[in-house]
Amino acid sequence: MDEPLHRARREHCPPGGCEPQLLLDFRNLDDHALDAHWIPIVQSSGDEELFRKLHPRATGQSVTQFLVFQSENPNSIISSIGQARENARMVRDQITAELWEEINRLYLFLYSPRALQLWRESPSDFFLTIKNGSLLLQGLTDATVVRNEGWFFTQAGRYLERADKTSRILDVRHASLPARGVPVDSSQADALGWSAVLRSCSAWDAYKALHGAEVQPALVAELLLLSDEFPRSVRFSVRHLNTVLRRISGVHEGRFSNDAEKLAGRLLAELQFSTVDDIFDIGLHTYIDVAQMKLNAIGDALFQAYIFQPFHLQEEYELRQQEEQQQQADLGRAHRPDPTPPA
Amino acid sequence: MATILPTLASDLPKPFRPYETGGFYDEMISADGTVRQHYRHFLKHFGAVTPEEFDAKRRAVDLAFLRQGVTFNVYGDSQGAERIFPFDLVPRIIPANEWEKIEAGLVQRITALNLFLHDIYHEQHILNDGTIPAHYVMSAKHFRREFVNVKVPGGVYIHICGTDIIRDGQGNYLVLEDNARCPSGVSYVLENRRALKRTFPEIFEAGGVRPVEIYPTELLKVLNHSAPAGVAEPTVVLLTPGPYNSAYFEHTYLARQMGIEIVEGRDLLVRDQHVYMRTTKGLQPVHVIYRRIDDDFIDPTVFRKYSALGVPGLVNAYRAGNVSLANSIGTGVADDKVMYYFVPRIIKYYLDQEPLLPNVETYLASEDADKKYMLENLDKLVVKAANEAGGYGMLMGPHASQAEREDFRQRIEADPRNYIGQPMISLSRHPTHFEDEGFAGRHIDLRPFILYGDKTVVIPGGLTRVALRKGSLVVNSSQGGGSKETWVLYGNH
Repeated sequence: MDEPLHRARREHCPPGGCEPQLLLDFRNLDDHALDAHWIPIVQSSGDEELFRKLHPRATGQSVTQFLVFQSENPNSIISSIGQARENARMVRDQITAELWEEINRLYLFLYSPRALQLWRESPSDFFLTIKNGSLLLQGLTDATVVRNEGWFFTQAGRYLERADKTSRILDVRHASLPARGVPVDSSQADALGWSAVLRSCSAWDAYKALHGAEVQPALVAELLLLSDEFPRSVRFSVRHLNTVLRRISGVHEGRFSNDAEKLAGRLLAELQFSTVDDIFDIGLHTYIDVAQMKLNAIGDALFQAYIFQPFHLQEEYELRQQEEQQQQADLGRAHRPDPTPPA
Repeated sequence: MATILPTLASDLPKPFRPYETGGFYDEMISADGTVRQHYRHFLKHFGAVTPEEFDAKRRAVDLAFLRQGVTFNVYGDSQGAERIFPFDLVPRIIPANEWEKIEAGLVQRITALNLFLHDIYHEQHILNDGTIPAHYVMSAKHFRREFVNVKVPGGVYIHICGTDIIRDGQGNYLVLEDNARCPSGVSYVLENRRALKRTFPEIFEAGGVRPVEIYPTELLKVLNHSAPAGVAEPTVVLLTPGPYNSAYFEHTYLARQMGIEIVEGRDLLVRDQHVYMRTTKGLQPVHVIYRRIDDDFIDPTVFRKYSALGVPGLVNAYRAGNVSLANSIGTGVADDKVMYYFVPRIIKYYLDQEPLLPNVETYLASEDADKKYMLENLDKLVVKAANEAGGYGMLMGPHASQAEREDFRQRIEADPRNYIGQPMISLSRHPTHFEDEGFAGRHIDLRPFILYGDKTVVIPGGLTRVALRKGSLVVNSSQGGGSKETWVLYGNH
C-alpha cells in the first residue's frame, strides 16, 4: 500500500517560479548580491552542496536550471514529477484511469522537447503549465477518488509535504531577519522579497484581504504558520494530517495509537497555542528548522507504522529488480525470419 | 463512395489498390484477386475514410496508448525507456465458420492437456502404456517431481492458456505452441479493442463483432471456481513479480478490471500452511492466487533458494489444499517443445479423437527415424532447441551456411533429446499500414486465450501479432513486432 507521497510535492508554485520576475527588478546585482539572492532558495530544499558541485555561480539561470530540469537533483521539478509518475505506475491498480493519464501527460510533456522550448520562450507560461497540471491532479483526485484508506494515505502525504514546503518557502527570507525578535522596519527590497514568498504560497490575496497592502514579515509568518483558515498554512495542514491519520487507524482524534499520531498531535497543539511573538522570540529560522525536523519524524513514524518491512537491504532490493525483469513476459516468441515465398 | 461491396481488387478503396499478396496466403485478398467475403463489409466502410483522416486517427491512437501507458518497456529509473507496442489499425477478421473450428480445436486441446497433466502427476497411465516414452516426461525441464500425487483443486492444472496459432500457405490453421505457464498479452487485446472502438465507431457498430470485454469477468469466474472446497467467499489475489517486470501494466490492468488485490511475494506470508496477506489492518486470509511468477521463483524454500520474489511456504500451503494457484505448479511440462510433438497422441489417448487443430509437422531428434530425416534435410528444416533456456537459437536450414548446419549436426548428435525439426512454414500475411509504403503485407500469427473452469471459454479472437519488418516472421515485441485487433464475426460476413 505504498501511496504516491511525492505527488503532493508539486502542488506548490515552484520556489523559482516567481523569482525570474523578481530578477528583472534587480538588473544590476553583482555576483555576490546574486548569490545572496538565489542561494537561500537552493538552501530551502537542502540542496546547497549538490548545487555548488554542479554549478560554479548562483545566477537566476543556474538556480532555475538546477531546480527545474536537473535530473541529478532529486528535488528538481523533473525528478519529482518523474518519481510521482513512477509511484503512480506502481499503484496503478488503485488509482483512477483519469488520474493516471493526467500525471502521465504531465510527465510526457516535461520530458519532451516542447517543455524546454516553452521554458526558454516564456518561463512564466512554463511554470503556469506545471502549476496547473498539479492543480488538475489535485482536483481530479478530490473529485473522483473513493474516500477509502488509500485516499487517507494520499492526504497524509499531501498535508505533510505541504506543511514542510510552506515552512521552507517562508524560511527563504530568514537572512533578512534578525536572529530573534519581531522585525520592525523592512526596506522596499525586503517587502518585495516577502511578497514573493506570499506569491509562492498562493497567499498574496489572502494576505491582502487580511492585512492590506503593506507587507510585514511578522504578519506573513503568522499567516503561513499559524492561520487556521488559510489552506496552505502549516497549522491548517497539520490539523488535517492529524485527522486523516486517525481515519486510517480508526482511533479518536484526541488519542493516538502510534508514534506518527502522537507526534502529529503534539505539533498541532503547539501550533494551535502559539502566537507569532512566541515564534520570533525563538527566532523564525530556528523555529522552522525544528518544525521541519518534527515533520520528518512524523513521516518516518508513518512509514514505520504501516509500510516498513524488515528486509529493505540494498542487495535484496537489487536482486528483486533483477528477478522481476527476468521473469519472461511470455509475449512474443521469435518464429523464423526470412521465408521464401512458395514457388 | 462505392455502394457495392468490394469483391475485386479493383473495387478496393484506393489506398489498397497497389497491394500485393506476394504469393503468400493473404487474410484479406484471395489468390484470384478477390476480396474475401468477411472483409467486404469492413472495406466498404473503410473506403469512406480519407487518407488524411486515417493518418490523424492513427496518430491519435498512438498518442492515446502512450498516455495510457499501454507500453512495454525497460524499467531502470524514473526515465525508463518506454515504447508503445506498435498497433496497426486494420483489424484481422475471422468469420464465424472458421472461428468455430479454431475454438473447438482449442477446447479439445486444453481439455486433453489438463487430463495429461493430471495423469502424469498421478497414475501415469500414458507412460506405463508406452504411449509416450517415459524418459521424455521425466527429463522435461519443467516436470516437477515434488508434485507427483499432490491433489490439485478440481484436478485442474491449466486454468489460463495462450496458444499460438499460425496459418500456412494453403490457409490451414496450425498450432505453433501452447503457453501454459504465465501467458500474457490479453491486456493488449482489451486495450486494442477500446482503441478501435473509439477510432472507428461507425465501422465497429456495423461490423457484427463478438465482444472481448468479457475476459476479466470470465477470468474471475475461473479463479473463484478454483478455490479450495468449503470456502464461501474466496479472497483472490494476483501475485506479480513487481513493477519492474515488463508485463506489470497487464498485471495492474487485470487486477483492477477484476477488482482484486495485486500483491508481491513480500505481501504474503504462510502460517500453519495457510496463506495470508499483510494489510494495514492485519493479516487477511488468501484462498486463490492468480500467479504471474514462474514456478522457479515462487517459493524459495522449494525451488530457487535465493529468489526474492516468492513466498516461503507457499508450496506447502498448496499441497495442504489451503490455497489454489492458477495456473497450477508443474504445467511447464505441457508447453515443452518436445512434449508438443506428442500432443496429437495425447488428444487421441484421453479423448479418443483426432486433433481438430493440427500441429506443425515436427521431428524429434531423439527418435531414430526422425533424427535420420533431420540430418539428411538440414537444408530444408528449421531446427530448434527444446530447452528454451539454451540460447543457441535456431537453425534456419534453407538460409544457413554449410558451417552453421554442420554445427547443428554436431549438437543434434550430442544431445538429441533437446532438438526438434520443423519444415519452414510461410505464415499468412495481412495488409498493414506503413507511412512510406501505404498498405503492405506482413506476416501474422494469433494468440487466443482459453479459460478452463466451470466451463471452457475461449475469448473471441485474441492477440494478432504482426512482424513489422518487411519479410520478417519475428513477431516478438522487442524485435520489431506489433499487434492488430482481431475481430471474430457473429456471422460469416
